[in-house]
Amino acid sequence: MARAVTMQRKLAFTALAWMVAFVLFFPILWTILTSFKPEAQAIASPPVIIPSWTFENYIEVQARSDYFRHFFNSVWISVGSTLIALLIAIPAAWAMAFTPTPKTKDVLMWMLSTKMMPAVGVLVPMYLLFRDFGLLDTVWGLTMVLTLINLPIVIWMLYTYFREIPVDILEAARMDGAVLWKELVYVLVPMAVPGIASTLLLNIILAWNEAFWTINLTASKAAPLTAFISSFSSPQGLFWAKLSAASTLAIAPILVLGWLSQKQLVRGLTFGAVK
Amino acid sequence: MATQHSRALARFMMAPSVVLLLIWMIVPLALTLWFSFQNYNLLNPGMQSFAGLFNYEYFLTDPAFIQSITNTLLLVGGVLLITVIGGILLALLLDQPIFGQSIIRILVISPFFIMPPVAALIWKNMLMHPGYGIFARIAEFFGQTPVDWFAQVPLFSIILIVAWQWLPFATLILLTALQSLSEEQKEAAEMDGANALNRFIYIILPHLARAITVVILIQTIFLLGIFAEVLVTTNGGPGYNSTNLAFLVYRTALLSFDVGGASAGGVIAVILANIVAIFLMRAVGKNLDA
Repeated sequence: MARAVTMQRKLAFTALAWMVAFVLFFPILWTILTSFKPEAQAIASPPVIIPSWTFENYIEVQARSDYFRHFFNSVWISVGSTLIALLIAIPAAWAMAFTPTPKTKDVLMWMLSTKMMPAVGVLVPMYLLFRDFGLLDTVWGLTMVLTLINLPIVIWMLYTYFREIPVDILEAARMDGAVLWKELVYVLVPMAVPGIASTLLLNIILAWNEAFWTINLTASKAAPLTAFISSFSSPQGLFWAKLSAASTLAIAPILVLGWLSQKQLVRGLTFGAVK
Repeated sequence: MATQHSRALARFMMAPSVVLLLIWMIVPLALTLWFSFQNYNLLNPGMQSFAGLFNYEYFLTDPAFIQSITNTLLLVGGVLLITVIGGILLALLLDQPIFGQSIIRILVISPFFIMPPVAALIWKNMLMHPGYGIFARIAEFFGQTPVDWFAQVPLFSIILIVAWQWLPFATLILLTALQSLSEEQKEAAEMDGANALNRFIYIILPHLARAITVVILIQTIFLLGIFAEVLVTTNGGPGYNSTNLAFLVYRTALLSFDVGGASAGGVIAVILANIVAIFLMRAVGKNLDA
């Protein structure tokens, strides 16, 4: 009896959970389906659910707007800024995790506090500085800004991972006469690779989706996908299939990365406050 | 000796991060402050002069400012309400034994990875479009007049879109917190005859309190700066009906070229965010001691 009730309960919760999940995922699913429909089918009434699987929208989007230039701008900016941030952050996080001083906590909190500054608070000077230094609409300029924006998160994530590496191992290496750089390269880095990898993934996602600086500091040449997609907002024509194709291409790679990193996501996004 | 040596090295290793963040924190903000006391319009480049508090007076007495503050608070409050309550319910549901849990998890978390302009455009066109959107189709099916979302309830429409993006975040964090609640505690309460509601109020909710605080604070930081969703859906309109503070500053700076006015708005946004930040830092800081 008890088992039957549990089974019924499980089935009921399963049905409910699938329904909620479907509703939440529906906008994404619908976009992907629409991207494979001819334009007429995309706005047909009643709605056509199964597309006729045409690829013309994808071809058209590339032909009309040089889609892949924007795609590679996004790749360059998000991967580039993340790698530079990691390069700067790894030594800092290592120092704070393994040579903590009474001030370490204050330094960490201060670093996090720089993340609290609203972007809009410094939009004006950043725009003018970019203009004066010829950085407007350049991939390098954006990479620089995104590096700075994400640096505190990168340091924090690495710090929370590094802190969990047992210090004894480092001491053993020291006993064996390992010098500091060897300590770093042969002992710490291999143990830290999983932490570094998930930091890398989360930051690529954050940088890929960053939609304030990327829109305001680019025009066309260096525009990543965020700025490119935003340009679809003005003309009111019905071109949903093409919009869907462009959107699908913009979200697909990061959706996959997101699924891969979802286990580490909570920790990274809450600065280690919820694990 | 060795410690002194390693401390010097530690400082050396931290230097690049510290210096960069110091510059990033001070230079732009100092410039914003400086500009906020200047008469400076990009259309008259030669005419820069000291303005005193004029920009603040101008910005604070602009009717659009009051409305943008109200809209900012409504946007933050509305999204928090939906995502926190929805997130708790959803986390409780996903914490039950169900079939296909990992696939459901992936489906539920997905909206969080959608870049803001795409999320906004999908909702604007394919869901909320008054003629061809799915919502209009559903309304027609039930014989109702479709809602013209962005004309009739622009701010609410944006709240819905942003809530869709952030509900997964709240759910995921609350679910993680929920899963760290010991089964023994729940079972003990059940044995003592506590019903589901009491178990929720006296055991689960207090356990979630910390995670809820974190969700509220982190989301607030991001929600105060919502920009792309407004830009691609309503462009702040109709009128100023869906203009938030971030969008108003953008408008003043890059559409009216009023450097001074926009900077004053920026300073106000910084002050607003700092009030929230103080609370967040305390919550996160506590964890460092633990």
